[in-house]
Amino acid sequence: MHWWLPPKASTFTGPIDGLFLAILIITGIAFVLVEVGLIWFIVQYRQRPGRKAFYTHGNTRAEVIWTAIPAVTMVALGLISNHYWVEIKGRNSIPANAYPIGVHAKQFEWQMTYPGADGKLGTGDDFTIRNQLHVPVGRPIVVQLSAEDVIHSFYVPQFRVRQDVVPGMDIKAWFQATVPGTYEIGCSQLCGLGHYRMRAQVFVHTQEDYDAWMKQAAQEASQ
Amino acid sequence: MTHAAATVDQMQPPFPAERGLDVYNKKLGMWVFLASEVMFFAALIGTYVILRFGATGEWAKPGIVLNIKITAFNTFLLICSSVSMVKAYAAIQDGDPKKMRFWLLMTILGGATFVGIQVYEYIHLVEHGFVPSGVREGSELAALVANGTLPAATMGLYGSTFFTMTGFHGFHVTCGVISMAYLYFTKALPGKYSKQDYGGIETVGLYWHFVDLVWIILFTIVYLI
Amino acid sequence: MTSVAATAHGAHAHHDDRSFVQKYIFSTDHKIIGIQFLFVSLFFLLVGGLLAMQMRWQLGFPGKPMPGGGVLPETMAPGGVILPEYYIQLVTMHGTFMVFFAIMPLLVGVFANFLIPLKIGTHDMAFPRINMWSFWTFFIGGLVMLSSLFVPDGAARAGWTMYAPLSARHDYSGASLGQELWSVSIIFVGLSSILGSLNYITTIINNRAPGMTWFRMPLSVWSLFITAILGLLALPVLSGAAIMLLFDQIIGTHFFDPAAGGQALLWQHLFWFFGHPEVYILILPAMGMVSDIIANGSRKPIFGYHSMVFAIVAIAFLGWIVWGHHMFVSGMNPTLGSSFMVSTLVIAVPSAVKTFNWMGTMWRGNLRFHVPMLHAVAFVAMFVIGGLSGIFMAATPVDMFIHDTYFIVAHLHYVLFGGSLFALFGAITYWYPKMFGRMMSEPWGKVHFWLTFLFYNCTFFPMHITGMAGEMRRLYDPNQYTFLQPLQPIRVFISISAFLLFATQVIFFVNFWWSLWKGKQAPQNPWEDNGLEWSLPSPAPHGNWEKVPTVYRGPYEFSSPQSTEDYLPQYKKLPTDREPARAPVAGH
Repeated sequence: MHWWLPPKASTFTGPIDGLFLAILIITGIAFVLVEVGLIWFIVQYRQRPGRKAFYTHGNTRAEVIWTAIPAVTMVALGLISNHYWVEIKGRNSIPANAYPIGVHAKQFEWQMTYPGADGKLGTGDDFTIRNQLHVPVGRPIVVQLSAEDVIHSFYVPQFRVRQDVVPGMDIKAWFQATVPGTYEIGCSQLCGLGHYRMRAQVFVHTQEDYDAWMKQAAQEASQ
Repeated sequence: MTHAAATVDQMQPPFPAERGLDVYNKKLGMWVFLASEVMFFAALIGTYVILRFGATGEWAKPGIVLNIKITAFNTFLLICSSVSMVKAYAAIQDGDPKKMRFWLLMTILGGATFVGIQVYEYIHLVEHGFVPSGVREGSELAALVANGTLPAATMGLYGSTFFTMTGFHGFHVTCGVISMAYLYFTKALPGKYSKQDYGGIETVGLYWHFVDLVWIILFTIVYLI
Repeated sequence: MTSVAATAHGAHAHHDDRSFVQKYIFSTDHKIIGIQFLFVSLFFLLVGGLLAMQMRWQLGFPGKPMPGGGVLPETMAPGGVILPEYYIQLVTMHGTFMVFFAIMPLLVGVFANFLIPLKIGTHDMAFPRINMWSFWTFFIGGLVMLSSLFVPDGAARAGWTMYAPLSARHDYSGASLGQELWSVSIIFVGLSSILGSLNYITTIINNRAPGMTWFRMPLSVWSLFITAILGLLALPVLSGAAIMLLFDQIIGTHFFDPAAGGQALLWQHLFWFFGHPEVYILILPAMGMVSDIIANGSRKPIFGYHSMVFAIVAIAFLGWIVWGHHMFVSGMNPTLGSSFMVSTLVIAVPSAVKTFNWMGTMWRGNLRFHVPMLHAVAFVAMFVIGGLSGIFMAATPVDMFIHDTYFIVAHLHYVLFGGSLFALFGAITYWYPKMFGRMMSEPWGKVHFWLTFLFYNCTFFPMHITGMAGEMRRLYDPNQYTFLQPLQPIRVFISISAFLLFATQVIFFVNFWWSLWKGKQAPQNPWEDNGLEWSLPSPAPHGNWEKVPTVYRGPYEFSSPQSTEDYLPQYKKLPTDREPARAPVAGH
């Protein structure tokens, strides 16, 4: 059984898990404060015969305090989140040396187009494989997402990466895997009858393994 | 408005209530309703703007598919009917129900003619091949698309937005004509409106001016630019 | 004319000579309309619950024949085994029924209608006939939606958010008539809400009793007023979008179909531009009614009445500029994401103010734990969880991970069930005596509360955990994914808790029906409250007051030193009270 976030396998896991934990601590404090306060009041101030409640319409100072504290916290949280957001999804966040792979989603499969030997998409040596995403470890990957029919969503939990794939739009998303292994791509946007089985796999290789795989796959594709 | 509280709503409490606004219920209700209508048309017009200016291809140039002249006349007619509505309102304020009836009738006729011309325009457009899904194959307009006079890529959106926006406006005009006709026959003709009691005229007038205003916007963005 | 109206009313209040149809079916009485909304939307609540149970069966016990599932036709569940196409219909219709036909009409249809005239002191709504139409258009919309479950291709299948182009083209979704009926039904719902809202707004602005100034209005009325403004301005956008969707489906327009030049994200923008104000439509009235109940249960004035009002206004205002937080990973410009994140986080501030003010109200109170109070306190406790989990998804980087997972499902159910529905159980119990003249059973109410509270948390809290593990929403069978297979025991636990939660609601329904005939006769003011409605006999008569009461003070004067009792009704004149200055009558 799993009680925490999935294993970490990309560079995004650091900031995202850290932010998650930070928010968990902040909200945890607020949660305990409120719930303990409520229970305390429930016990302490339950009705007793002959007692009258304390007649007050409020206290401006207290209200200012509990307006200001959440406000400051939220502003700080917003600034920190935005810092990472710009790094992860911002317009210029995609590293210049990112390795391109085309991902085309359709009901209900993923078609991955690899750049072939020249490392560029849209050239003659591109080849396409269904439902298998092979990437080298430790190198930024940019997936160029397109959709055939409806909206799908590209999601790899271990990478903490998600991007909707929208028909009529060319969207790029990037990530950098850190741990070699096999992971799953899920469609996380309801895309019709077969949404639940629109699954693919990600294989993270070391650079040498990747090069070897690429050579072989390109050869198979050209046959 | 400091006339006697004669037209106050039937549910007007028999005592001075804690009123937020010095406006009787029907009129306030109409204002509130128009706020909602503004949002409705904003959704339609916003969609048009997003689709038109977000489209990858060019938009059809004005005047090729749509007949601007006849619609300009129609626009003029609708503006006139707004003027006649004001005249009707002014007449009953002056306590002249006869004049009010005349101008109200003119407004109804103006609105009805507007709808009639719009129906004629629709029939004409469909005959030429302009339909909500774009251009009908094998039609007169399809030939224009083929020779490049009209952009093929955006004709579908052009048809979608044109028929939806003008259609819903036409529907609103029709509703206005029906309500005015209803008031004309049940209230104006039996002489139920007077200098002290003309809430119905004022309320329907507000609606009518709104519909007119929407049309001026639609005419500009759909036909002229 | 004024005097004529007065006599007419006097007559109404006493000689109720309307026929049965006028009285109970095509009634223009706001209380009857509220009660009509109550019965119909409780029915839809039950429908929505039944749909959820079937989903939970499939998730807990995938591929196993569902008990009683044999009655379903082959196209849904052959041999009781739920099909994928039926599952996504369940997902779609559960959300649709709960949002549009259960929670929204329960909060607004029932309580705006029932409470506004009673609490501000007027005979009825400003436009009773329009009010009647508001109910009947809702009813037609509900019937259309219900009927769509039984059409040959089945109901709509694109999720309650109806993302285009899946919803716009039948070849993508596999449903045809069902999709179209969804759009038609939503257009009716929009119309119903607009008609209702314009009534509520006009009535509150213009028909308040003498002395009922803006800042003497109970928070329930304030929140219903602000909700009505949200509904008035948000629903036409939904109606417009639903009309365009319907046109895409039936007359071949291309608004949302990228294959023909349309834009897929346009639907999302329109939907969420409506949808986020809608979220506050679904919670603000609950907040208002909970404020009334907590002040009553604590026997204390509400803490910081003015800031409570301003918080409602602030939440409603911010509600218009946060819709993009549903679309952080939709492909929308990421810079817009930043601004939507900021506006979203800011909403935490007024929400926190409200929470702390509710606690401030309970502080040093003399708490009476009647059934409505139990629900109201549970509302605060659960709303806090839902509100705090919202912060996770407001932070854009975290949202990239938890978007469209069960974390979101947990969040929205903590707000909608833990928030709105607890408030509703409380509110129904609280105003039941004024509606029907009888009390609901207190012991059974408490049993229902505790079991609901327990099973509700067992159902929805574990969803946070599966969501954190990355379980996506709307999956027919999560076990397709190896990383989700180890979570199956949690899903079984959730499913069993959900079945028990549903079974618990039988207690509420039985209590509700039984009390209609056999409940204890209600006194005039069973909760010793201050609102104007309690100056009327139970049930409140047609036309409410013969002569509306005058208001001398705010609604929360509990335990005031001016009174020997621990409550001081708004309509009670003390020797020190002066008659309110009379506002001028609007002239024509």
